[in-house]
Amino acid sequence: MAQLAASSKRVTTRFRAHSVLPGFNLALGFTLLYLSLIVLVPLSALFFKTATLGWGGFFDVLTNDRVLSSLRVTFLASLAAAVINAFFGLIVAWVLVRYTFPGKRIVDALVDLPFALPTAVAGITLATLYAPHGWIGQYFAAQGIKVAYTPLGIVVALTFIGLPFVVRTVQPVLEDVEAGVEEAAASLGAGRWDVFRRVIFPAIFPALLTGFSLAFARAIGEYGSVIFIAGNMPYISEISPLLIVAKLEQYDYAGATAIAVIMLLISFALLLGVNALQWWTSRRGVR
Amino acid sequence: MAITTRIATHESKAVTLLFIGVALTYLLLFLGLPLFAVFYQAFSKGWDLYWVALQEPDAWSAIKLTFIAAGIAVPCNLVFGIAAAWAIAKFEFKGKSLLITLIDLPFAVSPVVSGLVYVLLFGAQGWFGEWLQAHDIKLLFAVPGIVLATIFVTFPFIARELIPLMQAQGKEEEEAAVSLGASGWQTFWRVTLPNIKWGLMYGVILCNARAMGEFGAVSVVSGHIRGMTNTMPLHVEILYNEYNFVAAFAVASLLALLAVVTLAVKSLVEWQAKRSGEPLHGA
Repeated sequence: MAQLAASSKRVTTRFRAHSVLPGFNLALGFTLLYLSLIVLVPLSALFFKTATLGWGGFFDVLTNDRVLSSLRVTFLASLAAAVINAFFGLIVAWVLVRYTFPGKRIVDALVDLPFALPTAVAGITLATLYAPHGWIGQYFAAQGIKVAYTPLGIVVALTFIGLPFVVRTVQPVLEDVEAGVEEAAASLGAGRWDVFRRVIFPAIFPALLTGFSLAFARAIGEYGSVIFIAGNMPYISEISPLLIVAKLEQYDYAGATAIAVIMLLISFALLLGVNALQWWTSRRGVR
Repeated sequence: MAITTRIATHESKAVTLLFIGVALTYLLLFLGLPLFAVFYQAFSKGWDLYWVALQEPDAWSAIKLTFIAAGIAVPCNLVFGIAAAWAIAKFEFKGKSLLITLIDLPFAVSPVVSGLVYVLLFGAQGWFGEWLQAHDIKLLFAVPGIVLATIFVTFPFIARELIPLMQAQGKEEEEAAVSLGASGWQTFWRVTLPNIKWGLMYGVILCNARAMGEFGAVSVVSGHIRGMTNTMPLHVEILYNEYNFVAAFAVASLLALLAVVTLAVKSLVEWQAKRSGEPLHGA
């Protein structure tokens, strides 16, 4: 291959290495055109629109009480849901990888339901289940706890939406943990809990972190499943995506866009932070 | 010694049962019960009302629009996914990792924001708003806007399935075909496509499920005109907000059925790929 490239009389651009395969220009050209038209140009409109507000206007939106409350509700509920999913997702992944029980394959397939079930369907169903007279809500109501139409309902919806992420990121890594390593640790006198804490957990921790952050990021932007169960009370159970819609309905395009930009920036910061953390843990693992 | 080894590599029976119990309770509460509840609510007033709800003209037009949107969005993203994966997996060029990151971008954007960007472009106050109005073209609050928003939210699905798969497969087989005199298209149809068919199907299924079920993005650009610009998820919302719960859950049950079929086909594809020994996912 290298010989072929070297002997080739054709001028190879420095942009790409030579290849005998055809179709590069067509494939990359179409990819870039489609990417620009569908994603990049529309997303850039977001930043240009925000720029029309100026720094002062942007800052006013950012420090508005209702906007701040919505951001707080969105992030706290997303964080709570991601923590719940990290904990139970780990147990589910463990059970699916390590144990056998009847119906396991169906249970395994069912884990992806939140990816396949439209969010609006999830929303109306969860709202019905967790309403004060609903199948689940009645037990909470008996304890004096209101789930639907409160921030607690938002956590329920976001837990549903984020459920597959931790399971699906941890599962393959857990499958790859070799039995030999565990046996070695055990034969050196480690108890079961020690083996998990010192051998298995460090191996799956980066995957757990990835799943956690994917669930968290997904929850922050979620709209469809939340609005039915949240009650949508300003300052209390109003999420940021809903506030964007509310501002759009009042034709406050700049205000809506400013919130969208804030959410985007926070999501990107989150993803960057997680990447850095993963890089750090993988380096620690190598050493 | 044998006993301590056994204890240290396996949990005790009690712990095993506890874990299985916790996992199944969690999944039952959050997945099984909601799935059952959709159908239970839909049929709660009997079959007759269920059928009546589905035969409504507005429900029908919502079903049709959902199929139109997915029918356009999925093939568009399929062609894009193949082109992007071909360029990225079979060639070396600068800026490749940036390109992969940009392709994933729509996943990091809230559905509502995905709709918002098209309002900013095509809305009355938008960049192209005046031009579109002058030429009497309606994109927003009309079918084209719904299709565009659907394409945006499902943009990465097929590409991100194919890119790692084709990267893992390398390019030796294609190079062999080309050096034996096959044309580019022949190489693609006879060598590449058979190699990626399971991954391709997997991506298409997930892309279609999301395209048919998308709510947030479509809700922002649709304008909610009954019988005109309502997709099935939007129709569910309207019926639910009108306290017409039986009808809402009847339409919702169709979407839940779609989800169940999606999961079944997805499991089947995974099983087939495993059985034939062909990889489904890349490294």
